[in-house]
Amino acid sequence: MSTEMTHEVVPYKLHRLEKGPNLQVKCTRDEALKFYKQMRTIRVMETTASNLYKSKMIRGFCHLYSGQEAVAVGMEASITPDDSIITAYRAHGWTYTRGVSVKGVLSELTGRSTGCASGKGGSMHMYTKNFYGGNGIVGAQVPLGAGIALAHRYKGEDSVCIALYGDGAANQGQLFEAFNIAKLWDLPAIFVCENNGFGMGTSAERAAASTAYYTRGDYVPGIWVDGMDVLAVKEATRFAKDYVLKNGPILLETATYRYHGHSMSDPGTSYRSRDEIQEVRQTRDPIGKFSELATAAGLLTKEEIKKMDDEIKKEVAAAAEAAKTDPELPLEELYTYIYKNPPANTRVRGCDDTVWAPTK
Amino acid sequence: VQMAVRDALNTAMDEEIERDEKVFILGEEVGQYNGAYKVTKGLWEKWGDKRVMDTPITEMGFAGIAVGAAMAGLRPVCEFMTFNFSMQAIDQVINSAAKTYYMSAGQVPVPIVFRGPNGAAAGVGAQHSQCFASWYSQCPGLIVASPYSSEDARGLLKAAIRNENPVVFLENELMYGTSFEVSDEALGKDFLIPFGKAKIERAGSHITLVAHSKSVGLCLEAANELVGQGVECEVINLRTLRPLDDQTIIESVMKTNHLVTVESGWHHCGIGAEVVALVMESPAFNYLDAPVLRVTGADVPMPYAKSLEDLALPQVKNVLTAVRKSLNIS
Repeated sequence: MSTEMTHEVVPYKLHRLEKGPNLQVKCTRDEALKFYKQMRTIRVMETTASNLYKSKMIRGFCHLYSGQEAVAVGMEASITPDDSIITAYRAHGWTYTRGVSVKGVLSELTGRSTGCASGKGGSMHMYTKNFYGGNGIVGAQVPLGAGIALAHRYKGEDSVCIALYGDGAANQGQLFEAFNIAKLWDLPAIFVCENNGFGMGTSAERAAASTAYYTRGDYVPGIWVDGMDVLAVKEATRFAKDYVLKNGPILLETATYRYHGHSMSDPGTSYRSRDEIQEVRQTRDPIGKFSELATAAGLLTKEEIKKMDDEIKKEVAAAAEAAKTDPELPLEELYTYIYKNPPANTRVRGCDDTVWAPTK
Repeated sequence: VQMAVRDALNTAMDEEIERDEKVFILGEEVGQYNGAYKVTKGLWEKWGDKRVMDTPITEMGFAGIAVGAAMAGLRPVCEFMTFNFSMQAIDQVINSAAKTYYMSAGQVPVPIVFRGPNGAAAGVGAQHSQCFASWYSQCPGLIVASPYSSEDARGLLKAAIRNENPVVFLENELMYGTSFEVSDEALGKDFLIPFGKAKIERAGSHITLVAHSKSVGLCLEAANELVGQGVECEVINLRTLRPLDDQTIIESVMKTNHLVTVESGWHHCGIGAEVVALVMESPAFNYLDAPVLRVTGADVPMPYAKSLEDLALPQVKNVLTAVRKSLNIS
């Protein structure tokens, strides 16, 4: 067994940068174990979410992260729990890499009190320490992320905020407002466009006058990175964190792909072909590619991978079982957490004038 | 002592910046320009760039940044040059600020104040003359304060900055220069006015007048005129619109048996409409001797010409008309 491998990544594309991240990226055995486990867990968790949705255990909107795992896992590998993250509505994978258990995610999806937001948030609104959602309004999380970065600097912390958005959101006006202020004030913000090729059913080319998203911060330097390669993402993020702490914001475009439709109501086949999805699965899949790499380098064995797969399957299955059977919040909790420390005797109105509930 | 509303707001922010290092102000022209309406005058000079941040003209951007900073533990005071411009950023106020504490089941509080001039100004036409009280008051998760006097302005703004929730703080554009007598207590550094508590500005036994902001002044003027007719008005200054102090209104109506609401915003789905509904749903309904009447802004976009603008806004005579109709006197 080897203890370390070096991997040459697809060259980055740079915007307003003389020097970019390293092309040769090292990976230790411990990292390989962790990256594989995290990516596989997200994949299995999302497949399970898809099944729970089909069996009507999950309601409403549900946007799955399958295909994009290398982005969350690679970025987390180069930041610390003291750094912050805010993302859009495709939040399950990020919630997991930020430290919420599979059970915390799946139970939130099924609306249970054991979910990471006690069933009050749902698929798009998950939170944990230094993870600020889960935001359902396309683009709104980007100024919020700049504000979180502002708070880090204001408090004198050496931490950064990663604000993620999709290629669809990349055309929202408020992004450019946030870029402008972030650059003006040199905020420690890493803006990340997770370009999965489609904003709902509209391909990047049909929505953006320029699909070179890494250049669209104009005066904000940018890096294009292969978002299907966890090691490339890890290295680009290491570079980006170091850069923003010294120089102000940077923009990363991670080229990735989503296997599922936009949400559960979208079969995802009217605006792209099944062949296209199949081809990505076979040639660019972030998990498949990484496990090939790690086994070829002697970092992981096929048996180990099989063993991890079995464990992950069991863990997720147990979490799914809990997510089906755990209770929802007691009904009086409808009226809680509207205000923090509400004025004494504050009561909340129910649906008719006989219902006035206490709140806390 | 006498103090202008502008100075009440200015001193409140100055003291809160001094008290808590997490408090800062951001907005357009709040710093080097001294504030478009001079409410933040001198604060940048005194506290510097860290505590008083000039932003570009980009409401959605800086409102979002302010909300993000609040989520991450700071206490921003986000000034909108006027609340008319807050429409550019209303998504961040409602969807990001008001709802996150609930959506996160208490994990992410958002202690922020959105403040600035609100309501009709003078001679600026339709886009710069509007009351947003009813817009923001509808949303759970927000606290909405609407001060009338200098004392209100100081006590409510300090309470807003110290509050753990998003507070929409509606200052009246025409009242900044108005001076009021301010008590020694109200000059205290810890003078806080509780939210959800109205103030009875004038006690009376014949009719209740409920108003907020500048309209409180109309009610007091009308009350003075009516004294000559032997009518004693009870004037309630709401101070906060969410939560609304229903108890004070109900008790007053049960005493006076008559109610008129006065506001400068539009009547349709307005604050007065809410007050009427709460009385209908309360024991006070059975004590009414006449239908509740509303005095509001006219149901039109604000015209520019002086004579038309005057006609579009409630005046003392409108309050007198409503009171006399309610009491069936001439």
